[in-house]
Amino acid sequence: MESFIDHTLKKYQHQSTPLLMILREVQAQYFHISEQAAAYIAKQLDIPRTQITAVVEFYSFLSATPRGRYDIRFSDSITDQMLGKHALTDSLCQKLKTPLGTVRADGLVSIDNTSCTGLCDQGPAALVNGHAIGQLTPSRIDKIAELIEQAIPVTQWAELLTVNDNIQQAGLLLTSELAHGDALKATWQRGLTETLAEVEKAGLRGRGGAGYTTAWKWHLAYEGSEEDSFCDIAVHKQLQRYVVCNADEGEPGTFKDRVLLNSHAHTVFEGMTVCAAIIGAQQGFIYLRGEYLHLYDQLLAVLAERRAAGLLGDNILGQGLNFDIDVRLGLGAYICGEESALIESLEGKMGIPRNRPPYPVTSGYLNKPTVVNNVETFVAAAHIALHGGEWFAAHGTEKSKGTKILSISGDCKKAGIYEYPFGTPIRQILQDCGADDVLGVQIGGPSGTFISNKEFDRVLGFEDLATGGSFIVFNNSRNIFDIVQNFTHFFADESCGFCTPCRVGTSLLKKQYDKICTGHGSTGDVRELKEIATLIKATSHCGLGQTAAQPILTTLERYPELYDKKLKQISFEPGFDLDGSLEIARQLSGRNDSNAHLAQVEEQ
Amino acid sequence: MSHIKIDGQSVPFEEGQTIMEAATAAGIYIPHLCHNPEFTPHGSCKLCTVKINGRNATSCTFPAALGQDISNNTEELNLERKRITQMLFVEGNHFCPSCEKSGNCQLQAVGYHLNMLDNHYPHFFALREVDASHKNVLVDHNRCIFCNLCVRASHAEGKEVFGIAGRGINKHLVINSESGKLVDSDLTVDDRAAHICPTGAILVRGTAFKVPIGQRIYDHHDIEAVSLGEQHGE
Repeated sequence: MESFIDHTLKKYQHQSTPLLMILREVQAQYFHISEQAAAYIAKQLDIPRTQITAVVEFYSFLSATPRGRYDIRFSDSITDQMLGKHALTDSLCQKLKTPLGTVRADGLVSIDNTSCTGLCDQGPAALVNGHAIGQLTPSRIDKIAELIEQAIPVTQWAELLTVNDNIQQAGLLLTSELAHGDALKATWQRGLTETLAEVEKAGLRGRGGAGYTTAWKWHLAYEGSEEDSFCDIAVHKQLQRYVVCNADEGEPGTFKDRVLLNSHAHTVFEGMTVCAAIIGAQQGFIYLRGEYLHLYDQLLAVLAERRAAGLLGDNILGQGLNFDIDVRLGLGAYICGEESALIESLEGKMGIPRNRPPYPVTSGYLNKPTVVNNVETFVAAAHIALHGGEWFAAHGTEKSKGTKILSISGDCKKAGIYEYPFGTPIRQILQDCGADDVLGVQIGGPSGTFISNKEFDRVLGFEDLATGGSFIVFNNSRNIFDIVQNFTHFFADESCGFCTPCRVGTSLLKKQYDKICTGHGSTGDVRELKEIATLIKATSHCGLGQTAAQPILTTLERYPELYDKKLKQISFEPGFDLDGSLEIARQLSGRNDSNAHLAQVEEQ
Repeated sequence: MSHIKIDGQSVPFEEGQTIMEAATAAGIYIPHLCHNPEFTPHGSCKLCTVKINGRNATSCTFPAALGQDISNNTEELNLERKRITQMLFVEGNHFCPSCEKSGNCQLQAVGYHLNMLDNHYPHFFALREVDASHKNVLVDHNRCIFCNLCVRASHAEGKEVFGIAGRGINKHLVINSESGKLVDSDLTVDDRAAHICPTGAILVRGTAFKVPIGQRIYDHHDIEAVSLGEQHGE
């Protein structure tokens, strides 16, 4: 084991910042991070052992106890569930004689759930040893069980490992061609300041959902911290800065970055390099969510190709820019999509959002100015660098320029990728993707907004329905409570636990919602639900907590009558099944007479 | 000197000061648990949430700046603080009457200060352990509120005895030693980290009842006065 670890540590130059990469390799080799491995790594990297424990416990793809040699994780997103995920999971659990959440005694297989894997357009999906498998059907489940019993390595499961792009409607960005290096050449030809001005003119705002003005972010990172902005211009140019591409696309229902990285990786990297030229960065990272392991090798190949073509590395295109990009894999933590949590993760720590200010643009990776942008933002920036700001700003609306790439899934005939100019009404999108009898749409994922079928004239855009791209359609056969319950559990699972309101609040919300869903709710319980929801929203540390109650609040607002129907018409109802709770006592005392039973509510 | 406004009162601040620091210097109490002026602010308990020009912010980490009109001691904020305190109570297992720290406990004292009369939320009844391996110092995980002060204190003294691991509601305090037990760590009883806990999660053994219950700090003084260093009547 020590020689394997030594070899891995050497690959990462004995740095502790790529700790996740190191632990990922150890996990893949030994199916867990043992006490001995943790102690050895801590010693070799000269970091506290508690840091390793913290990281192993924080990221769901790492484990301190052995997982199966085939570690299966079913995607538990609402769209997977709608496509029959539960029955498929049960079937595989039975075939492999491994109950959900356990490791089989012979250590061959372990089965568990995981949050959305970014294959909602081709679900139900699962990860096997990190490899994505979509379009699960009973026959594919049989095949998986067979391959595992025969101990065929996952890398040889070719027929199961295909992931499709499913581009259904290409718009401005997806139809534009960009020859390798053209955006960079245009950038230098025009001038760096002038190119930044074009990005500003384009009105490009962050595509992750928050919508911060991209040009401002770049400008602030160039300026650096207040102390740095006063130093000599020559010194200022030499300051260490970083460009980070946020490919931790974890919002349930979104998968557009998967497609961009699969088919437009050159453009993503070109956008990052344009940013590096403008802000003066030498190092870039792409933080790729662990669920997209299937893209890892091909991204490395694209980077190698760009180095060979002089588009990365030293003296890019002879312009004196030294810049390179590393790919870093996440390990199953939604919170790492938050930019400062992502930076912590890049530094080899738990993904806990930082206190702000300072913002990453002045104090990011290793406390240096850092630009963190979404994959789609870099794609747009590359095209803007080539075609200019007006080309982009001619599309969209006054406040939301350009186009938005949507990931559409759920109850529609053609799930997949759609690109629309901002300002497009929801009604048109639903028509295009073949959705009818629609109950509502979850726009922007669980942290976004649930709109009902009375609101389809609303439009895409920061001024109305802002979205990172997730667009989940529900038809009238769906139950609001199942949807909201899935989302509420998701947030409780993904809360990093740093701040009290989110750590405790998301779990309280989950309990309270389950109580209502199981028919134990009373009018007081909805009031309490609202109160907890409002408190978490108001006092949480970061966006996760601030939006965790959105599914509850937005549906309470739209469907008060559904909630009313769910409630018992009494003012108080115990939060648990009274009679059910007496079962153990009945067994222990060997009684089952009428006095050993309790009615939930005393008869009037 | 520049000034900010807290509940209508003009409060001077120096460049680089947080709102909490400026407030404390001016004799204004903002309830807190994870904050301790000796250590880098952490900003996790969220008790010190204030409203700056109508927007919530964490006062122990947020820099004071010109133009800030801050509300602090309002009914709305104090209710939120009470609820957050109640969350801490139901998350762990806090039984004040049987706790050695009772009367010296900041969690309890903040509860008194905010007029917390019940736990409001359903209990989690978390299964947590006690680490009694060390001959001088006891760790009772039931009472840990993840304020991170022991972690920060131990880091500051170059020992890194404590850490916080886990995610979400499964967060827990971990100890940097081969066995994971306190006895095998570098902790000694004179470490600042052994004395910093605001609750009864880390206790120095043999000292618990030196001062009888009924004669302890918060038995007689509100945490507001204690925190501002004005222990009246002693």
